[in-house]
Amino acid sequence: MNAAHDDALMLYGEAFASRFLLGTALYSSPTVMQASIQAAGCEMVTLGLRRQNPASGDGDAFWQILRDSGCRLLPNTAGCRSAREAITLAQMSRELFDTPWIKLEVIGDDYNLQPDPFGLLEATRELIGQGFKVLPYCTDDLILCQRLRDAGCEALMPWGSPIGTGLGLMNRYALTTLRQRLDVPLIIDAGLGAPSQAAEAMEMGFDGVLLNTAVARAHRPALMAEAFAEAIRAGRKAHLAGLMQQRQTASPSTPTVGQPFWHREGG
Amino acid sequence: MNEITLRLNDEPARLPAGTSLADALQAWHYADRRVAVAVNGEFVPRSGYAEQILQDDDRIDIVAPVGGG
Repeated sequence: MNAAHDDALMLYGEAFASRFLLGTALYSSPTVMQASIQAAGCEMVTLGLRRQNPASGDGDAFWQILRDSGCRLLPNTAGCRSAREAITLAQMSRELFDTPWIKLEVIGDDYNLQPDPFGLLEATRELIGQGFKVLPYCTDDLILCQRLRDAGCEALMPWGSPIGTGLGLMNRYALTTLRQRLDVPLIIDAGLGAPSQAAEAMEMGFDGVLLNTAVARAHRPALMAEAFAEAIRAGRKAHLAGLMQQRQTASPSTPTVGQPFWHREGG
Repeated sequence: MNEITLRLNDEPARLPAGTSLADALQAWHYADRRVAVAVNGEFVPRSGYAEQILQDDDRIDIVAPVGGG
């Protein structure tokens, strides 16, 4: 038994053994998505809602795989541009997926898909009041995150960098500040491109990682999912173990006492 | 028979006046599908389909699960 054994991620009172949340978009086929979910070992997957033509049966295989995966579903409000749109889509998701969980997105800008903090807070307050378990996709702004927590969010999902960029943790100062100032679980959502970036986030004390593109667009998605899962576990263990303090000067690790061939000058 | 013109997923559609949302979904072959519905940007729960009578110029959004991040 090690210290990480019973180290569950707690979200709204529910325990998750895996700290890896995976998106279900952009895979080359439902089969590749299924293999990636299994390799990731995740217990929660995100998905979306889009207009559907009744003649299209595209979603049936997708839906069957997600149901069989046993993962908790975390529907998103991707693409919503206002609190009103996000609230309506959340309500539609709650009925369709029979879940109060929602990854709340209110997008404020087309260029970097940056969350609109004002619309996000407005939608969060409304949905928490309606009994939703809101996981807001937010920026790394401390005050926004405090307001979201005060509105009743029991976990927050700040971005590492803009969606789909793979740029990793763009603002370490802001993210470190969030970690120091907030006690609620924090999940880095979006922008991660490499397992090393996920490990770094976990080493910094973040509670989990949500990503999609880095796995789905890899040449071998299932293998990349496994790589991220291992990196997330490694980073978490490192955080629990406690990283050493960095220093500017060298300090020998091998004892200096008893060094052979050494002799006192002029002795 | 009087007809109304409305937007179904941003495409033009026509229905007899007085059609309920439940009957519209049947006519559009959504009845057995895993979908959720909004009318004019407001969510309509399944329990409200029968009593929601569609009006001229209504905007109907019908959504289904897709992959998402």
